[in-house]
Amino acid sequence: MSSDKVVQLAHGGGGRLTRELIEQEIVPRFGDGPLRGLPDGATLQAPGDRLVFTTDSFVVQPLEFPGGNIGDLAVHGTVNDLSVCGGEPKWLSLALIIEEGLPFSVLGRILDSVRAAADACGVAVVTGDTKVVARGQGDGIYVNTAGIGRALPEFSLGPERIREGDCVLVSGTLADHGIAVLSARQNMGFVNGPQSDTGTVQRLVMAVRELGAAVRFMRDPTRGGAGAVLNEIVEGRELGVLIKERDLPLAPATQAVAEMLGIDPLHAASEGRVILFCDREAAADILRRWRALPEGAGAACLGTVTRDKGRVILETVAGGRRLVDVPRGELLPRIC
Amino acid sequence: MCLAVPMKIVELRADGKGVAELGGSRHVVDLSLVDDVRLGVYVIVHAGFAIETLDQEEADATLALFDEIAHEVQPDSPNLNPEP
Amino acid sequence: MNYIDGFRDPAVAAQFVRLIAEQGRALAGQGRRVHIMEVCGSHTMAIGRYGIRQLLPGNVELISGPGCPVCVTDPGYIDTAIALAGRGAILATFGDMIRVPGSDSDLSTCRSEGGDVRVCYSPSAAVEIAQNHPDREVVFLAIGFETTIAPVVSLVGEALQAGVRNLSLLTAFKLVPPALYALLADKEVQIDAFLCPAHVSAIIGSGAYEPFAAGYHVPCVVAGFEPLDILYGVNGILGQMLKGEARVENQYARVVRPEGNLKAQARIAHYLEPVDAVWRGMGVIPSSGLGLRAEFAAYDAEKKFGMPVRPGRQHAGCRCGDVIKGKLRPTACGLFDKVCTPDHPVGPCMVSAEGTCAAYFKYTLPDERQGGRK
Repeated sequence: MSSDKVVQLAHGGGGRLTRELIEQEIVPRFGDGPLRGLPDGATLQAPGDRLVFTTDSFVVQPLEFPGGNIGDLAVHGTVNDLSVCGGEPKWLSLALIIEEGLPFSVLGRILDSVRAAADACGVAVVTGDTKVVARGQGDGIYVNTAGIGRALPEFSLGPERIREGDCVLVSGTLADHGIAVLSARQNMGFVNGPQSDTGTVQRLVMAVRELGAAVRFMRDPTRGGAGAVLNEIVEGRELGVLIKERDLPLAPATQAVAEMLGIDPLHAASEGRVILFCDREAAADILRRWRALPEGAGAACLGTVTRDKGRVILETVAGGRRLVDVPRGELLPRIC
Repeated sequence: MCLAVPMKIVELRADGKGVAELGGSRHVVDLSLVDDVRLGVYVIVHAGFAIETLDQEEADATLALFDEIAHEVQPDSPNLNPEP
Repeated sequence: MNYIDGFRDPAVAAQFVRLIAEQGRALAGQGRRVHIMEVCGSHTMAIGRYGIRQLLPGNVELISGPGCPVCVTDPGYIDTAIALAGRGAILATFGDMIRVPGSDSDLSTCRSEGGDVRVCYSPSAAVEIAQNHPDREVVFLAIGFETTIAPVVSLVGEALQAGVRNLSLLTAFKLVPPALYALLADKEVQIDAFLCPAHVSAIIGSGAYEPFAAGYHVPCVVAGFEPLDILYGVNGILGQMLKGEARVENQYARVVRPEGNLKAQARIAHYLEPVDAVWRGMGVIPSSGLGLRAEFAAYDAEKKFGMPVRPGRQHAGCRCGDVIKGKLRPTACGLFDKVCTPDHPVGPCMVSAEGTCAAYFKYTLPDERQGGRK
């Protein structure tokens, strides 16, 4: 299909045009492996006794943003969820809901990114689905991915394993994705502006596998940022977290734009980072292992686990302390 | 009510606007509310407009004052920060 | 970040905290409590963000004032905006306004019900929207104090130059000095000094506060929004109070000149003239607002569409008015944290990111939130 053609409702109708779309967009990119012959479902060899299984849907606007697009985001998001649960990701499903009018050139770029990201993560897209909705009923494209992985035996992760005195580590700079996407949505026309950190965290997780029980729990700070994740973990529990503002790792462009738009970086998403709770004795080792990887170059210790029930507290650069609240509502630029 | 940040002018455009930079990130700003903007000058940017230029001498003087304050030796200062 | 990081140095902050403690002790020795009103919403935010209240001695209190343009906007303004969206207008607004309660609804709900509400970082985006939608009317929600007024009113010039006719402003511009007079005249409000806004002062000049210092014997210190600026400012105020002085002290001289930004002032005067304005919780303050001059009526949404803003209705228990005047601490409001929360705000003090109640809720540790202490 030529690059200026757009997806039409009929492409989702199940007939000839659907076949054409599958054969021209899906099969060339994903038709090796279990998708060959386009069976209704993938039959796979179970990878071990225990599986990790997750799903996530992606509705980001704009579809293409500095540092990535909805395609690689959809792969990384699900792969990362599997990884932070202590899994080795293996297979993905890919479901597309396309709005009538989406140019095939955009669809092509998104699917190319899916394939490239999947390859880089060592996962295969083994099954999927395509639907088309009428113009105005979707934002260009919505993507859902579900993922299956092998549960790695070395990990036994759970928030209940977190102890007072444990360290809270992050694998790199915070808020890059959220700020990049927000500034792209605002059409602010940045040059050298914030870049999404969309990427896989598998190697970061694998790098700490041998530390076993010293790794208590992991999460990737996506929607709502580190603030949301930390609050979720301590809510209703006997423990809290104290983080230090001077230790927050922030990329210069992200920090600059967060200041300009009045956004708290603790509330903006990352899409290629891990927040990890560990025994304090293991912290230095984990940071060393992470910093040896390019994606872990900015790894830092954010703070410690306290007995401050259910609270996430920030020690500010002024020396005072304040609550890190859960983010409320959408992330909006402000002038006040 | 006035979120604004100091940004450095790195380009002056033919249409009268400027390109300002903070943290390496560059952004077009409206310069029609300020005078005497040259390359290297810092402006305070609010809602995409430069609302004033930053007087670097004054800024440096304030920072120097802060530096002096930071280095005052106080042998028996009580620790006034909240207990952890 | 240049000219930002240096104003966030922890070691200097610690020294200022020590100096403030010393001065606070001296004032306590004289049996004095100090009530400093920080007028500007951005100061309220910064104080919350950096945990500054906690660093101050018990007899030095920071009271948040009405310098939050969102907080002082009458619900009727939101009602009119929603009505315009209902007639098919595209509303272009700063993000701050999205969840401000009108009498019955807010812009976020309006949007979810099909209203075309678009958030802009810069008002210039509204001109582009108008050019991209020549068949629709675009209304920019023109709120703000002096800092914002000059950029926003520039829209009119940009529209005129580009020949754009389908753009108008729904104005609710407000001025800081008239509010200060009103506060000082209110016997129930106790203000010993003002921490004056950084960027409003950049526009109006530090000289604008001379009448307050001289006429009401209150120290007026102009301070920036970085944590060191705020601590330096508080320290300066305490110093004046110990010496019985009441001067205008410009501690933000790197940006603020005594005369202010004359170009910005001229642009404001070119397009706008003083009007009486309704300040939510304070009532009408004469000549405290700015409206478009008659020759620009074509860009005045109220006139263009024949929809004057009328006062709206507030929740019966809402005490935002007293909060913004500094008469009531958020924790003393019966609705705070029980009925009125950031997820379900009743009044604008809780909605606005820089509203006093929101700042308290979001930043203040629960055990600090007693009625008596800050």
